Amino acid sequence: MSSEVRFTDFKSDKQPTWCPGCGDFGTMNGMMKALANTGNDPDNTFVVAGIGCSGKIGTYMHSYALHGVHGRALPVGTGVKLANPDLEVMVAGGDGDGYSIGAGHFIHAVRRNVDMTYVVMDNRIYGLTKGQASPTSREDFETSTTPEGPKQPPVNPLALALSAGGSFIAQSFSTDAQRHTEIVQKAIEHDGFGFVNVFSPCVTFNDVDTYDYFRDSIVDLDETDHDPTDRESAKEKILDADKEYQGVLYQDEESVPYSDLHGLDSNMADIPDGAPEGAMDLVREFY
Amino acid sequence: MPDDLNWAIGGEAGDGIDSTGKIFAQALSRAGRHVFTSKDFASRIRGGYTAYKIRSATDRVESVVDRLDILVALTERTIDENLDELHDDSVIIYDGERTEMEDIEIPGDMTGLSVPLQRLAEEAGGAIMQNIVALGAACEVTNFPIENLDSALEKKFGAKGESIVDNNKEAARKGQEFVADEFDHEFDYDLDTTDNDYVLLNGDQAIGMGAIAAGCRFYAGYPITPATDVMEYLTGRIEQFGGEVVQAEDELSAINMALGAARAGARSMTATSGPGIDLMTETFGLVATSETPLVIADVMRSGPSTGMPTKQEQGDLNMTLYGGHGEIPRFVVAPTNVAECFQKTVEAFNLAEKYQTPVFLLADLSMAVTEQTFEPETFDMDAVEIDRGKIVDDDEVEAWTDERDRFQPHFSTADGISPRALPGTENAAHMSTGLEHNALGRRTEDTDVRIEQVDKRNRKVQTAQEEEDWSPREYGNPDSNNLVISWGSNEGAMREALDYLEEDDIDVRFLSVPYIFPRPDLSDDIESADEVIVVECNANGQFADVLEHDALTRVKRVNKYNGVRFKADELAEEIKQKLQSEEVKA
Ligand SMILES: Cc1ncc(C[n+]2csc(CCOP(=O)(O)OP(=O)(O)O)c2C)c(N)n1
Ligand code: SF4
Repeated sequence: MSSEVRFTDFKSDKQPTWCPGCGDFGTMNGMMKALANTGNDPDNTFVVAGIGCSGKIGTYMHSYALHGVHGRALPVGTGVKLANPDLEVMVAGGDGDGYSIGAGHFIHAVRRNVDMTYVVMDNRIYGLTKGQASPTSREDFETSTTPEGPKQPPVNPLALALSAGGSFIAQSFSTDAQRHTEIVQKAIEHDGFGFVNVFSPCVTFNDVDTYDYFRDSIVDLDETDHDPTDRESAKEKILDADKEYQGVLYQDEESVPYSDLHGLDSNMADIPDGAPEGAMDLVREFY
Repeated sequence: MPDDLNWAIGGEAGDGIDSTGKIFAQALSRAGRHVFTSKDFASRIRGGYTAYKIRSATDRVESVVDRLDILVALTERTIDENLDELHDDSVIIYDGERTEMEDIEIPGDMTGLSVPLQRLAEEAGGAIMQNIVALGAACEVTNFPIENLDSALEKKFGAKGESIVDNNKEAARKGQEFVADEFDHEFDYDLDTTDNDYVLLNGDQAIGMGAIAAGCRFYAGYPITPATDVMEYLTGRIEQFGGEVVQAEDELSAINMALGAARAGARSMTATSGPGIDLMTETFGLVATSETPLVIADVMRSGPSTGMPTKQEQGDLNMTLYGGHGEIPRFVVAPTNVAECFQKTVEAFNLAEKYQTPVFLLADLSMAVTEQTFEPETFDMDAVEIDRGKIVDDDEVEAWTDERDRFQPHFSTADGISPRALPGTENAAHMSTGLEHNALGRRTEDTDVRIEQVDKRNRKVQTAQEEEDWSPREYGNPDSNNLVISWGSNEGAMREALDYLEEDDIDVRFLSVPYIFPRPDLSDDIESADEVIVVECNANGQFADVLEHDALTRVKRVNKYNGVRFKADELAEEIKQKLQSEEVKA
């Protein structure tokens, strides 16, 4: 079936209710294209989403999907992938979802290195709750809950991922369709946890981190001499607070995903009609 | 006299109390005797009083009693801690050669046996075996063939090599011989042995074993007393059956991972205790509305907050019954003894998949850490039946699609149970969500669809109420006007309390209820009795509340919340007093 799959097969017949111009449109399109390009189809794909404007993505895509609770999408994706390694698992959410309420899960998902793809639609604001500061909001960004700015430095998700032992760390810009698709595709192809932070502007509540801002400031790593397998170079770029980078910042090509390390290769949905063979040994152990 | 032995070893945490107790329990069980163990332990790793207690008889034993016959006291405090349970015929084994035990006073008419545990252990190869010397001494006091101890030592130390096993056997012999040589034989114990081969395990292990038997392949959890044993049991075993245990970063993650695995089609579970179940509450509603089969075990301990983590309580009933915002259809199943932890776990998985709901397995600390002997057939693997419910395969999908060929995972059927397509099924890709949704799983705020879906989910519970057997178990005199009801691990103590009550010419009908929701309708039973008492380990009577509500009547309550499980003789006394009391307080 996969040879005939087009990216539109991943589109549901539900019209997105995102604001016209929202960065999430581009982010989603790239994800669908990347899935199709990597030979997946809706029947073997599982999309997990959190809560937020970004989290609505599961509704607009067509695949097996779960739209869960705020901040907990990564654990759900982990369970799905470990239980059925045949599925292509993609987890999506916002910066609030992933780096605030879900920050703990993020660090641990990174270090657990389950073979799935995590796309964060980073608009540096809380969209769905109508414009409060997010963990990636700038220190002086005025919002309804931070009238004088958050007065605390933003989190650097790429640095978090690198320090947690991330094996694939990338960043893209939703509107740069070709690069964004390519980067997500690389994340899917990566053996392990593929993390992509996507600049996905909120046209309604964020007038600072706009399309124009990103367009003017983004540096594409492909146009530098950056070698993504060089951790030191990645560190330097990631900690560079003055620039916004696009591309794969770090990839560990030796990465061994969780399932391989733990010898998980079968679909756990396949169970016998009764107690498994050898179950009586479990009882004998207690003699 | 006594074939019914109450033995304990007590000392400081870190003294190897637990493993010594377990060795003796195993020796007794291997000699075909029934065993029921309990633990006094504090929430610390080293230091602090700790004890391991064994009750053993050739007949089944189902509870602890307020009586201690033989006490191995490694510290003086051990005697003080157990003073209430010691009696004039009790025997205390201690090491009088140790300076801190030199001036020990043996209370009342009790017999103190000063056995140089440490010296004899050193002679056998190392002071570390002092507890084993004490076990040898206990064998002599109870006329229990020491060969049974040998086999338990082989099992325990076999992996460490023959010489370790031999040294331990030698240590035990030294203890036995010392008692035989130094003391006049006036102990009237006679522990019979039988040909029975029992297995000895605790409730947490039984839950883990039930999970594997039921085809559970995925477990995610976060360590917490007293549920950790479930995870430790599954780790290293579930892998042999193609499964995986994941230690999550917290309980929020654990339940969401388990949910993810369940959505992928695995039989999946998590287990925790009070503080952890609080964190998991957020996801209860998602499990229910996305109609995901999930087993969530809550092994209760004493709360609220961090409470008394190593003590018994049945305080989370309301939490599992009502926890979570909004109204959440669910099942709550509460096993009443160790064997039932196995059976009810298997049942929980079937209920979860059949009805696509969260199923709470409500166990308690006393049952979880109690080791009990059973005939191996009690854990009958051949009897395990797996019912995966309405899973549709590739060919059946079409019957459940709408006019535009879209699969409807939340189709509103007559019994409320919808078709379930596991990921990978062709042409059935769909989403599920915690948002209110239509038959397709898509978000809606349509008032009619909302009502339809809420009713549909509730209908599953009604269907289950009608189709499954939720009966209680009945003991005592069926015609008695005195009705006692309990749930969870109180069953054993209560059954034995019936005998004590009978000695006082009090007859009682006793119902033990393993299902909290749905639960049996006991209204008629309650109405037709003159006196109704509900026994539970909590202060306010949470189960009594629901029964009063069901039957619109008032019941008397026997509650215990000092952190210790009910003891049979104590329970009998309390019931006697309640039956004689006038007022019924709500
Ligand atoms: C436990 C919980 N707390 C709060 C909320 C309310 N809430 C919904 S979305 C959201 C933040 C969304 O921000 P972000 O993740 O950045 O996504 P965006 O909407 O910007 O795409 C919050 C706080 C919730 N649904 N659940
Ligand atoms: S509020 Fe912002 S993030 Fe949400 S849909 Fe509108 S533009 Fe997009």
